Amino acid sequence: MVETLNRSQTPREWLAFALVWGAAALVTATFCWLLGDIVWHGLGHVSWTFLTAPPENAGRRGGIGPILVSTSLILGVCLTVSLPIGIGTAVFLAEFTSDQSQFGRMTRRSLDILAGVPSIVFGLFGNAFFCKTLGLGFSILSGGLTLACMVLPILIRSTEEGFRAVPASYRLSAAALGLSRTTTLVHLLLPAAVPGLLVGLVLGVGRAIAETAALIFTSGYVDRMPESLLDSGRALSIHIFDLSMNVSGGDANAYASSLVLVILLLAINGIASAVTTYGLHRKIVRV
Amino acid sequence: MTSSRSNILSRWSTDKVLCQLLRGTAVIAGAIVMLIVVFLIMEALPAFYHIGLLRFFTDPSWHPAEGFYNLTPMLWGTLFAMTGSVLIATPLGIFSAVFCHYYAPRGLARLYRRLIELLAGIPSVVYGFWGLVVLVPLIAEMEPPGPSLLAGILILTIMIFPTIALMADASLANVPQQYLRGAAALGLPRWATIRGIVFPAAKSGLFTGVILETGRAIGETMAILMVSGNVVQTPSSLFDPIRTLTANIALEMAYALGDHRAALFVSGLVLMAMIMGLALAAEWISRGRIYG
Repeated sequence: MVETLNRSQTPREWLAFALVWGAAALVTATFCWLLGDIVWHGLGHVSWTFLTAPPENAGRRGGIGPILVSTSLILGVCLTVSLPIGIGTAVFLAEFTSDQSQFGRMTRRSLDILAGVPSIVFGLFGNAFFCKTLGLGFSILSGGLTLACMVLPILIRSTEEGFRAVPASYRLSAAALGLSRTTTLVHLLLPAAVPGLLVGLVLGVGRAIAETAALIFTSGYVDRMPESLLDSGRALSIHIFDLSMNVSGGDANAYASSLVLVILLLAINGIASAVTTYGLHRKIVRV
Repeated sequence: MTSSRSNILSRWSTDKVLCQLLRGTAVIAGAIVMLIVVFLIMEALPAFYHIGLLRFFTDPSWHPAEGFYNLTPMLWGTLFAMTGSVLIATPLGIFSAVFCHYYAPRGLARLYRRLIELLAGIPSVVYGFWGLVVLVPLIAEMEPPGPSLLAGILILTIMIFPTIALMADASLANVPQQYLRGAAALGLPRWATIRGIVFPAAKSGLFTGVILETGRAIGETMAILMVSGNVVQTPSSLFDPIRTLTANIALEMAYALGDHRAALFVSGLVLMAMIMGLALAAEWISRGRIYG
């Protein structure tokens, strides 16, 4: 498209040219600065021992072993709860309701609002509902459940897109063959919608790993190795927050933990975009 | 769209069970927002009984230990930080999208888009940490103390920039090609085409982007907590420390009891109300006014 637009030399065109390239350069420079800073300071500290050792002296020395375990447990709880609910809702919205139905519209609207709710409000809610009302206390379980509420909108949105991308002829053929809707769903639509589901899963995991504010009052600060899901456990992002704000002299380990977190997220992002590029547009027609 | 619902010939009882099961999950997913609002209100009720709505604006200060609950400094903190960051991030994001579509060579545009997606994926606590160790000392050299409204605005800008940039990118991509060909045929120069044709055509998408980034700016907690100093005061200059509503909750929730805790839930309700207002605005904009 660039080629069809004329290159004219008026001052205003030059100004716009400079502004647009300037904005792009500024953004790129900031990004490199941020990432470069974290890689430069963090790389020296990341090692196998750092990844497996327990933190010592409030995190100033030692590693992040138990914290990685807590993070994955929180993530596990979050996915175990949010995946069935998310996929169920997405299937219902995409396959079992028409666009005009009142129920579908209401559900979509409430999910849109849920997607915009600030994470600290999720934290308040999790604290009041899971920790206090359900009596789970500050625990990995409460944290995971709070995160599950948070990632649901992302999960549902992508999964629904995945189901909508399946050609209508699949459903028509299945109906013509007299297959039940359940069979159609399980054997035909679900496999075809897997790329959308994967994208949702990966984006949801990304959001959950990055989350801090929702976890402070739900999963807590304790940096020991968790013994059960009802133990409090410190997530990686909270570890970074705590090291940089509350522990003087924790910067080196905070840099290293940030690097680990950023690498995790970049990997997740890479998977998501690979799946979107190669997966979503591929048709599954096997004979 | 062929929804399986219209498949009325199906006589399988498992289908009915499945449909009810799925409806159940949808009810759960849809009810979470209600549950959040209900719990926020329930926890905030004691504050309404004991303190009353008016005192959140007329009390002399925010000193929960002494029974003073003035939320206005935090409200101003949130509003200033939000306005500043939206004002900087919006032109930056729109220019970025324009760069991707109309200025950059194709390969560079793809690379740049990947970079913005990566920026979107970096967690807020990492932005906050970077702001704390890099930006804050720089600002402190210019004018002490360092942790300030300015630092908050800059960090928020970096954080909400990907939202508006990606939204603007998507809405520019939706501008019909024949508009651009028409402009080229008329011999319009590049910027004139963008300003006179592309922006009006992509208007509703751009506004939705602004609303989304505003929502992110209001709700952001960790990054702004780490760089903005957290002194409860109405800032009088860019270099004054501020505390936002979200930071206030994050800082005090750990030890808050009784009315204090309820007051924090009231600020949660205020945040929730702002977000719902923005969601309604977004829906109003996107309703049928595309390419208007």
